[in-house]
Amino acid sequence: MKNFSIQVNGKSHEVNVPEDMPLLWVIRDIIGLKGTKFGCGQALCGACTVHVNDEAVRSCTLPVSAVGDKAVTTIEGLSEEGEHPLQEAWMEHIVPQCGYCQTGQIMNAAALLKKNPSPSETQIEEEMAGNLCRCGTYNRIKAAILSVSSST
Amino acid sequence: MNNNEHIPFINKALGKDQSSLFRPSRREFLKLGSLAAGGLLIGIQVKCSGPSKDTSTFSPNVYLSIDKDSTVSIIAHRSEMGTGIRTTLPMVLADELGADWKKVRIEQAVGDEEKYGDQNTDGSYSIRMFYEPMRKAGATARYMLVKAAADSWDVDMKECTVKDSAVSHASSGKSASFGELVEAAAKLDLPNEGGVELKAFKDYKLIGKDVPIYDLKDIVTGKAKFGADVELPEMLVAVIGRSPVVGAKIKSFDKSKAMEIQGVQEVVQIEGSEGIAPGLDKALPGVAVLATNTWAAIKGREALQIDWDLGENQDFDSGKQLSEMLQRTAGEGQTRRERGNFAPANFLQGDAMEKTYLAPFYAHATIEPPAAIANYADGELEIWAPTQHPQWAREAAAAAVDLPVEKVRVNVTLLGGGFGRKSKPDFVAEAAFLSKAMGKPVRVQWTREDDLHHDFYHSHSAQRIRASLDGSGKIYSWNHHTVFPAIGATSNPDELHPSDGEMGLGALDFPYNIPHIRLESHESKAHTRIGWLRSVSNIHHAFAICSMLDELAEKRGLDPIDQVLELLGEDQTLSFEDEVKGTFGNYGEPYEKFPWETARMKKVVKKVAEAAQWEKAKREGKNIGFAAHKSFLTYVACTVTVDKDSKGNLVIPEVHYAVDCGVAVNTDRVRSQFEGGAQFALSLATSAITFKDGKVQQNNFDGYKIIRMPQAPKKTYVHIVESQEKPTGVGEPPVPPFIPALCNALYKMTGKRIYELPLSV
Repeated sequence: MKNFSIQVNGKSHEVNVPEDMPLLWVIRDIIGLKGTKFGCGQALCGACTVHVNDEAVRSCTLPVSAVGDKAVTTIEGLSEEGEHPLQEAWMEHIVPQCGYCQTGQIMNAAALLKKNPSPSETQIEEEMAGNLCRCGTYNRIKAAILSVSSST
Repeated sequence: MNNNEHIPFINKALGKDQSSLFRPSRREFLKLGSLAAGGLLIGIQVKCSGPSKDTSTFSPNVYLSIDKDSTVSIIAHRSEMGTGIRTTLPMVLADELGADWKKVRIEQAVGDEEKYGDQNTDGSYSIRMFYEPMRKAGATARYMLVKAAADSWDVDMKECTVKDSAVSHASSGKSASFGELVEAAAKLDLPNEGGVELKAFKDYKLIGKDVPIYDLKDIVTGKAKFGADVELPEMLVAVIGRSPVVGAKIKSFDKSKAMEIQGVQEVVQIEGSEGIAPGLDKALPGVAVLATNTWAAIKGREALQIDWDLGENQDFDSGKQLSEMLQRTAGEGQTRRERGNFAPANFLQGDAMEKTYLAPFYAHATIEPPAAIANYADGELEIWAPTQHPQWAREAAAAAVDLPVEKVRVNVTLLGGGFGRKSKPDFVAEAAFLSKAMGKPVRVQWTREDDLHHDFYHSHSAQRIRASLDGSGKIYSWNHHTVFPAIGATSNPDELHPSDGEMGLGALDFPYNIPHIRLESHESKAHTRIGWLRSVSNIHHAFAICSMLDELAEKRGLDPIDQVLELLGEDQTLSFEDEVKGTFGNYGEPYEKFPWETARMKKVVKKVAEAAQWEKAKREGKNIGFAAHKSFLTYVACTVTVDKDSKGNLVIPEVHYAVDCGVAVNTDRVRSQFEGGAQFALSLATSAITFKDGKVQQNNFDGYKIIRMPQAPKKTYVHIVESQEKPTGVGEPPVPPFIPALCNALYKMTGKRIYELPLSV
């Protein structure tokens, strides 16, 4: 067990956890933010996607010891009240079915748009390929991202 | 042990269509949840057709309340797993009532059979069964509010109108909100059923439109509560090492290394089910590691050493069983349906074609792995779980801790996908047992590996179809053999043939006008837990039938769509009863209420051909495939086009579905089910679960491959037939025709027919 001071959604959290505890479980079990989801534990499904600085990372395989003082953003910190353009686009397109993977999808898409504000359809497909949706909402996710892309 | 009562498509229909209104007590209302109990309370008890246990009456109740601030609260008694049902049923009530949809609050029901009847959200029947009761409940409340208004204004009820949660009287200019009327309305007698009139279809503002789901904002902001999201004080997290082979027993285990992991509090053995037919509702034998957080529990489970006696399934090899099953289809099976005369001499004439079709085991792989929270305290048990079947969860949890069901409360969270997996309450039973053992709240958390290794799998299957043509080239006979381990075998090892229920999913109801038809099933054993997965046996039956029809059309020099229209024949209502040996289930509905109408199928076939520009696509040499399949009483036709990208990867530019589901209640959710259904089916066509040495060989999403965004069809168009027929389900019907339509399209591209799934693409 070790003490870590991690920055989540602009707030500093002191946690006493094993060094190898993945950021996902620190966020969910220790800090108590439940919007970041567990899907596979192997960085294969993207349900646990958060931002570390501005990069989308799979929190289920990132040990807390590797986070350092970088800024972690979860879905709860993406916007105050769901007014991020992607969240609005997700509502406009009624993207979710069960909804479980969607916070990870939104976080991944938000990081993508930060890097590339006007991605092509193919770029969206490639960049979102790490996020699984079992209900099959891929077309609406793509449409929602395209609708806020600065090229449209 | 017989779990069949919980399998929706196996149950018999009750065929009752009565309902009665009643007024629940305020106390009863408060017990239902946090509904406002201040204003007008209405319950409606509906006896309707559908799955039922033999011993109890199927009498679901619909509850609503209207508060003094005009808030309308409606209880959603079906589980939300992505179909939108938690939105759509209350929406039906609200529309009939004339409520302002923005002021409607939806409250999720707990599991309670007495109050809600069978809550198993499965079998695509929620809309089919509750469309009418929800409208009646809404119309009743509207009647009482209008009566209260008309009485106080001393005007004729017929002159009053209802809109946006208010009653108005145009000529006097009087108007009152629902909230202002509830006190007076609550004092009125309930109307008798004949006194309540439903609105004309054209007057609906929500029904038949695109209505966003109720939980939309909570989902996109991360506030929506799924199974693992409930937090209780002092709660422990359990991760369980379960029997790697069904039927295995624990010889011994060593917990010492697990106990060394920081955060691990205790290690507890779960006796669980016994034998090779472990049932659908029991925990598997296992050893649970309980810790203060999930990571410690995962690490603790890794450190456990369990010595298993693997039992008689330890040699199970799915490939070997599938070959044996295929062999068996060459012999004579048990006849399940027969038309005409199958004397061998009858088939010496004309041309014959015989093909075989193999499909693998599938896992549900919901992105939310099973999880459940239990709190056993003071002789009572409270559960929070993403369950499709809250009552079965309640029963299984009660049995696991030896409490009467009345002492168990099951709260239903949102489900991160269900597809049939979360009807089974094994994971809830685990949580209940462990909470009692520890005297603390416990969350059982399944990992992805647990989920793929210990599912209730969709059966692998072997089929053989032999068809012959007569002298004029018409299809003369159709002999379909099917074999797959039955769901019933999970509870009863002596069930060697698929049940009538499973045969009724796309095989017994083969609708085509062919003079000689014989359907035979063959024996096979279950060596794992078999369950039901989105559209169940329709998956493999449609794959074989629609693939074979496409190949036959080619042999006959016919267009496959023309052939299907030819085989459907005149507009008529089909009858299977005289030909089926055993029971024809018709998805739990009386046949006369939901018969097989060839005209409705012909309509969707023609519609999809037109929308997909079938003739033009063929002329242009596009690789386009077609299939049509009715399931869950919904008529569906589908086309799929395929192509290859520059790297040689499969691309699906376009999918078209035409669907007749009667009234399309929430058109957006109908479309979303079909868009998603195409993607779900594509995953089925390209993935497989296999067993070796009795164990599942796929561990995570690298082995069991769900399609990703680049593989998804680029466009999926859903063409809904405008209809005033009784609504039918849309959750499952998109899946079956997609796979054969895809295979038929791939044949155009590669020149190779597909007889075995998964596809290699």
